[in-house]
Amino acid sequence: MIRTTPFHPRLAPRNETGLWSHWAGYLSARRYDMSAKHEYFAVRNSAGYFDTSPLYKYWIRGRDAERFLAGVMTRDVRRCRPGTAQYTMWCDDRGFVLEDGVLFRLSDTEFFLTAAEPNLSYLRGLVGRLAVTVEDVSPAYALLAVQGPRSREILAGVAPEVSRLGFFGLTQAKVGGAPVTISRTGYTGDLGFEVLVGADDALPVLDAVVEAGHGHGLRPFGEDALLMCRIEAGLVLINVEFSSSRLAFTDHDRVTPKELGFGWMLKGIDDDDRPFVGRAAIRRELADKTSRWASVGLQLDWSEYDQLYTGAGLIPPKDETPLDYESMLYDDAGGRVGYATSLMYSPVLQRHIAMARLRPDLAVAGSRVNVELTVNHEYRTVPADVARLPLFNPERKAA
Amino acid sequence: MSNPTSSRDYDAIIVGGGHNGLVNGAYLAKAGLRTLIVERRHLVGGAAITEELVPGFHFTTFSYALSLLRPDIIHELELVKHGFLPILMPSSFAPTEDGDYLLLGPDRDENIAEIMRHSPHDADAMDRYEHDIERICQVVKPLLDKAPPNIFGKEPEDLAAVADLVSHLSGVEAKVMHDTIRMLTGSAADLLDDYFESDILKGYLASSGIIGTKVGPMSQGSGLVLLYHSMGEHDGHFGAWAFHKGGNGGFTQVLARAAEAYGAEILLESPVEAVLTRGGRATGVALADGTELHAPVVVSALDPRRTFLELVEPREMPGDLVDTIERFKFQGTSAKVNFALDALPRYPALGDRSDQYRGFVNIGPSLEYLERAFDDAKYGWYSARPYIDCAIQSVVDPDMAPPGKHVMSCFVQYAPYHLRGSDWDTERQRFGDTVQATLESFFPGFGDLVLHREIVTPLDIERVVGLSEGNIFAGELLAPQMYFFRPAPGWSQYRTPIDGYYQCGSGTHPGGCVMGAPGKLASQQILGDRARGTD
Repeated sequence: MIRTTPFHPRLAPRNETGLWSHWAGYLSARRYDMSAKHEYFAVRNSAGYFDTSPLYKYWIRGRDAERFLAGVMTRDVRRCRPGTAQYTMWCDDRGFVLEDGVLFRLSDTEFFLTAAEPNLSYLRGLVGRLAVTVEDVSPAYALLAVQGPRSREILAGVAPEVSRLGFFGLTQAKVGGAPVTISRTGYTGDLGFEVLVGADDALPVLDAVVEAGHGHGLRPFGEDALLMCRIEAGLVLINVEFSSSRLAFTDHDRVTPKELGFGWMLKGIDDDDRPFVGRAAIRRELADKTSRWASVGLQLDWSEYDQLYTGAGLIPPKDETPLDYESMLYDDAGGRVGYATSLMYSPVLQRHIAMARLRPDLAVAGSRVNVELTVNHEYRTVPADVARLPLFNPERKAA
Repeated sequence: MSNPTSSRDYDAIIVGGGHNGLVNGAYLAKAGLRTLIVERRHLVGGAAITEELVPGFHFTTFSYALSLLRPDIIHELELVKHGFLPILMPSSFAPTEDGDYLLLGPDRDENIAEIMRHSPHDADAMDRYEHDIERICQVVKPLLDKAPPNIFGKEPEDLAAVADLVSHLSGVEAKVMHDTIRMLTGSAADLLDDYFESDILKGYLASSGIIGTKVGPMSQGSGLVLLYHSMGEHDGHFGAWAFHKGGNGGFTQVLARAAEAYGAEILLESPVEAVLTRGGRATGVALADGTELHAPVVVSALDPRRTFLELVEPREMPGDLVDTIERFKFQGTSAKVNFALDALPRYPALGDRSDQYRGFVNIGPSLEYLERAFDDAKYGWYSARPYIDCAIQSVVDPDMAPPGKHVMSCFVQYAPYHLRGSDWDTERQRFGDTVQATLESFFPGFGDLVLHREIVTPLDIERVVGLSEGNIFAGELLAPQMYFFRPAPGWSQYRTPIDGYYQCGSGTHPGGCVMGAPGKLASQQILGDRARGTD
């Protein structure tokens, strides 16, 4: 029987569409409104809230918690100060990505990890003799993402602490009488926060936030709008941009952090002495330059796109729903040079954009590739400019 | 905004900082011309401005939504970089006089169910109608993005342009061509009667056939206006409208930033008295304060009457042109009443719902309602029960009003510029009362919500924006004033009889609305002439 999140009693009546997906065993709204784009604009223009509760959640605590995570996580957790959060990933010993997630560091010895997939036995299997416990507390907490240009103003109405909260900062607060942890994090690439609350306190917290949002255009948004935002923000999604190396059948389905666009996480690994899973393989990849792909953004040429469809007697489709298949990338000679993992029309950028994987020698901002599309049942291509991710990166996100 | 040095010369001076003047100036500056945009008022935007008339309440005083803006302008002027943000308006709400309503939204199947509530017959007609309109738009839309051919010219380029047009049209299917001609020449009512039987649906759709024009839905010519308003393509959806962040004034500020980023200068509070000429060539402009600014290219973004009869001496113009411009129909017939509201209006049949206000609210419940509203205007008076196109923009953009409060833009028709036996300064408040009473009849208690009311008569549009007779399109969208006749036969390619003097306002092809095409197409003509050395 499918489960519901602690926010569900309030969210269910808001869902006018009756459309829910199953996410980690929970009902998750695909959209509340008939128009996902309307919800998307709440995030980009005012504010929206999203129920992130189905994420798996772990407490990682103990004297050796930092040492443990420093050895598991690809990104150096020792640089994550108490009271901040860190986006991170973990790899296998061949340097292929297993998963990504966000770590909250509550104190020297207490970490809280959220992840899309279950990881308990994997994490516990690496504890060894260290003084650390890993505890799955997924159902005990609810998580509410409040995202958009008005999110700070709205949340400050119930938790003034957020006014001072920097990008990836953490704070304890009380909302609706309940203790919460608020982080300046999210999956939309906009100004935004996530409110972590004990499951029993979820409803009063949600009620307080919704009340504070009156007159600010705050509305719930579902997965459809979230996925639009995350593509514009260049944020990777498991089973779209990558698969867990542990479950892949071939190396074609595996990527390294560098290939996935996270070379910046690896800065300094030559100089520090931190042993972590995959370190040797990653150092070898960097030294030998054996990365097979680079992750880039693409901006499709709007004019060529329009002409392709207009010339075929069609109205150029500008659909913000991401294509549910990979589009191949070609060079001008027709050789295949990569593939787009997520392609959509971006309303804020007013053009089609993609997250893509491209041969590293071609992954230079400003170079051009040809993206394959199907028009009148034929494969055709549209030129696209290679650009750095994220394609949409408003100042307010980190300001 | 920067101040130009008084002695400095420019490559081009644009008279008027409305959206077409800004587009034109941005393109010229982007091409490397030292460009100056001269604006009479304290802000740019012309009729596309947003003003904070009451603290916290931002009014789109005149123009209030975006649809027809050409997508190439968005990209070529890099408007996204400067803050271009059109926001989806996901619904349309049309109350009926008996307290029912038509509420259309983003879901096709729900819309069919809603239409069936009014007429099972019309349920499958909507898809057919929209498809037929889209086919017509495929024929007509390419014409928006090119200067009209000069059908009176004998130069090789003129003949080639005519041949291009003929070739484009000869590829059109017979049915689509027939539909196109029926729409361009017929009435909105006749066209809609072919598809629909529901009064509310026909009233709602026909409203786009009268906007800004002195025709009723039963007048020949309203089909053209209906088609014109169907050619927008916000995010690729034909006929869809968007609300720009911060209103249309937010949009023109984006244009101004783009123009300045390319190096254009903007001079505010500087009314232009006249275009300076010497030996049949434009040499610059004289400001009202006597300052003279010089440039070999002067572009008027004003309407045809001001361009040909006021900025230059009509005595220096060909007689036929003067005649044509003198009989060019302006006859503004639209007004606005903008409200600051304490809360959202309540529609009794929808109880406490408010999602109906996320797009336009269309007070035009039947063809007959609209036609009777027009009847009043035919005989020189404003409608006793006017057509009203409302947009409560603060619902989609909370920055427009303080939290919980709202701004409501009401476009009102008919309000003829010439009132029989009275004038607009006398009738202003009574007109506002008429509009408010009409709204009250649909939304009981509306009057109690009103914190502030701004009445914008056609005379105000003329006085404040400078549009002759308050015509929002800088001249009527009537067939004899369109395409290669806009604004006059032989002068539809943005040039004028004075070398170096050009026109780029909505009185040129393709016409009004916040489209930008006149500004862009004029810039192409100017740059082409410069390259050929013929300006």
